[in-house]
Amino acid sequence: METILEVNNVIKQFGGFTALSEVNLHVNKGERLGLIGPNGSGKTTLINCISGAYTDYQGSIRFDGGDITLLKAHERTKRGIARSFQIPRPFSSMTVMENLLVPFAFVGGKDGPEQQKEAMAILQGMGLAEKAFVQSNQLSQVELRKMELARAMAAKPKLLISDEAMAGLSGTEVDEVLEILFDLNKLGITIIMIEHIMQAVMKFSQRVVCLDAGKIICEGTPEIIVKNPEVQRAYLGD
Amino acid sequence: MFSVDLIFEAVLFGILLGCFYAAVSLGLSVAFGLLDVPYVAHPALLILGSYFTFVLSQTGIDPIVCGVLLMPIFFLIGIGFYRFYYETFEKRSSDTGVRGLAFFFGMSFIIEVCLILVFGVDQRTVVASYIGSSLEIGDYRFPYRMLVAFGIALALTVALTLYFSKTFNGRAIKAVGQDEGALRLMGANPVKIKQLAFGIATAVNALAGAMLIIVGPVEPAMDRIYIGRTFCVVVLAGLGSMSGTLVAGLVLGIAESIVMMTFGASWAPAVSFGLLLLMLGVRPQGLFGR
Amino acid sequence: MKYAAYCALILLGFLGLSSLGGINEYVFFAGFVILQFVILATAWNILGGYAGYVNFGVPAFIAVGAYTAVVLFKSMSAPLLVQILGGGILAGALGLGVGLLTLKLRGIFFSIATVAVVFILETVVNNWRYVGGATGLQLTRPQDLWFFDSYTRMLFFVMAVLAVLSVTIARYIQDSFLGRGLRAVRDSEEAAECSGVPTLKIKLIACTISGALMGIAGAPMPMYLSYIEPTSTFNLSYSISALGMPIIGGTSHWIGPVIGALLLATLQQIVTVTVSNELNVLVVGVLLVLFVVIAPDGILGLIKKWKQSSK
Repeated sequence: METILEVNNVIKQFGGFTALSEVNLHVNKGERLGLIGPNGSGKTTLINCISGAYTDYQGSIRFDGGDITLLKAHERTKRGIARSFQIPRPFSSMTVMENLLVPFAFVGGKDGPEQQKEAMAILQGMGLAEKAFVQSNQLSQVELRKMELARAMAAKPKLLISDEAMAGLSGTEVDEVLEILFDLNKLGITIIMIEHIMQAVMKFSQRVVCLDAGKIICEGTPEIIVKNPEVQRAYLGD
Repeated sequence: MFSVDLIFEAVLFGILLGCFYAAVSLGLSVAFGLLDVPYVAHPALLILGSYFTFVLSQTGIDPIVCGVLLMPIFFLIGIGFYRFYYETFEKRSSDTGVRGLAFFFGMSFIIEVCLILVFGVDQRTVVASYIGSSLEIGDYRFPYRMLVAFGIALALTVALTLYFSKTFNGRAIKAVGQDEGALRLMGANPVKIKQLAFGIATAVNALAGAMLIIVGPVEPAMDRIYIGRTFCVVVLAGLGSMSGTLVAGLVLGIAESIVMMTFGASWAPAVSFGLLLLMLGVRPQGLFGR
Repeated sequence: MKYAAYCALILLGFLGLSSLGGINEYVFFAGFVILQFVILATAWNILGGYAGYVNFGVPAFIAVGAYTAVVLFKSMSAPLLVQILGGGILAGALGLGVGLLTLKLRGIFFSIATVAVVFILETVVNNWRYVGGATGLQLTRPQDLWFFDSYTRMLFFVMAVLAVLSVTIARYIQDSFLGRGLRAVRDSEEAAECSGVPTLKIKLIACTISGALMGIAGAPMPMYLSYIEPTSTFNLSYSISALGMPIIGGTSHWIGPVIGALLLATLQQIVTVTVSNELNVLVVGVLLVLFVVIAPDGILGLIKKWKQSSK
């Protein structure tokens, strides 16, 4: 198994508050990794460090054979790391298609008719094809979530980080998004999923990592994690 | 070079001036520092307060009393402003940045031009027993009007700092800028809290405006230089820091005073704006910011 | 090709107008001002409309253009085109500088920094005797009229060329990758960054071009007035106009600032001549606030809505 992402001894502080203390994480190519932890445990901070939203942390991060520690977010995207946001951030003045053309233009370098066809294919895979020319600020919640994933796909990533893509969705909608993520993984994309919906995480992940108060407290298969007393304490309190 | 005496006098004057600058920036510290509203119309409302004081004082009432009397009116104006801003801009997301800024900038100009149309471009002053004479201690002269402004400024700063740390509403205001969710859980309505904060910020402007016209003559275009002074103080202090406002004001006051003494009054406007740019470039979170 | 044809036609029209005899010189004076606002509004919109960063310090860039022209003229009798080029380059450099300082911060800090630059530069100019300081400087226009009947007519045509140039640049940006990236930055800077958009670089480019165009708008002013002085050059009213015109016209398309500028600048000329100078700032201010509140997409937005409802 080849390592695609290495997070080495990452420490992130905000003023006097330590959000991440010496986090070490390896992710294998093609893996489905679940990242869980109670609110405030540092999940989104960790993701922000990996995606490059934060670049002022200690430690190092290696991706796909190269050191990306100091790279800005857009440079990491060009190297193959894509993410969706907890609260969707559509380019609201643009149509769905135009949203996807942004990563095509800036990561792939082209946004012509060929890319538009590719974009349509991505949208079809997500069930969004009919909304391609609708302005993105008119989409429903689940459609916005799907568009986030579609836009991340337009960047042709090797690693996709899904940040609570299912929060607030109904049962069937959760299944829809889960299926999309499974399909993407079948294409060979490594996926890190952050979720609070435990069934989804357990169903999806090959391996789960649990964070609490900025530290990794447990790592293993879903079955192991669920039975781990540390994890139970983190979620339910003493 | 300059004598120690001259420098000392400049510093003393700077302290008085600085306290005054802190007081006129308090409203902005709340509106922009705590609530994150791009309240560039703050200096224009300050000048408006001065002109209202001028008009009211024509009836013979002492200017400071005028300022205090105007506070409830300005409180209501502030609530109205925030309500309007919230309904029109904050509620509908996206692109609020440009529209909100453009709105307050436009209001600034409208206020300034209306003042010109009504009062003309000439300077206006008020009269009071303490304006015109000075307190003499040894070789130094402290104009009474500066001392009065200093006193009021100090009182205002202390009052606001206590309000924000001791009362429920005050602490809620401090909290709402950082964590609206938590506030909702406590049963407080964030919108009402922000309204209150804005009302207070604008009410403070009324009294600050009175101080402004006590300290010196005012003219409609003064809001422009006060954009520099007030934003300099707020940025220097650091967003969200009330007590920092006083320190920042003092820094600006002393800096301006010394520059005026060394290079002349024509360089004074550049001090606040220059200091502002310096802070933005070197340490944008200010001296005490979060 | 269609656009180029329109531009050629427009320029020919201006050429014809400038050569027509029997027209009151005031028409060319007013026309100069209106064209200047077309350039300013277009320039402002490149950063403000496309990227969402609000420049309050328009007069600083105009002044850099104007005073660079003065220095070039006074020191080496530089011809008009060199003055304009120099003014544009230095104003662009100012845009780059302000951008480097503040575009990493939130939008409002950029806006406040632009105001700061106005006051600092004004203070510097006030104390700079070579360019006349606070009292200003008289300038003698050179005799070089090309083939026009008066210097004013020549400047009028030059402004027309500059206006067409600015709008062409704005149109090119809008339809290019740069435009796409700027729109993404305006809608969500975070998402843009994660979609591969080099947000800081793009903002700096827009800021530099915007500043340079404003400098180009300011550079012919000293020759136009035969005079330069700080108070009117650094007047913040330029900001409210340069900001109001695109917002009123519509910020999403290059034609918005043109519509806004033509309408408002003409209105301003009428108001100034018939009523008063202060009132014309009030008119822009009130219209700006009205549009920002009621019709944020400007006249272009209103036209779009009207078209959709009549379908």
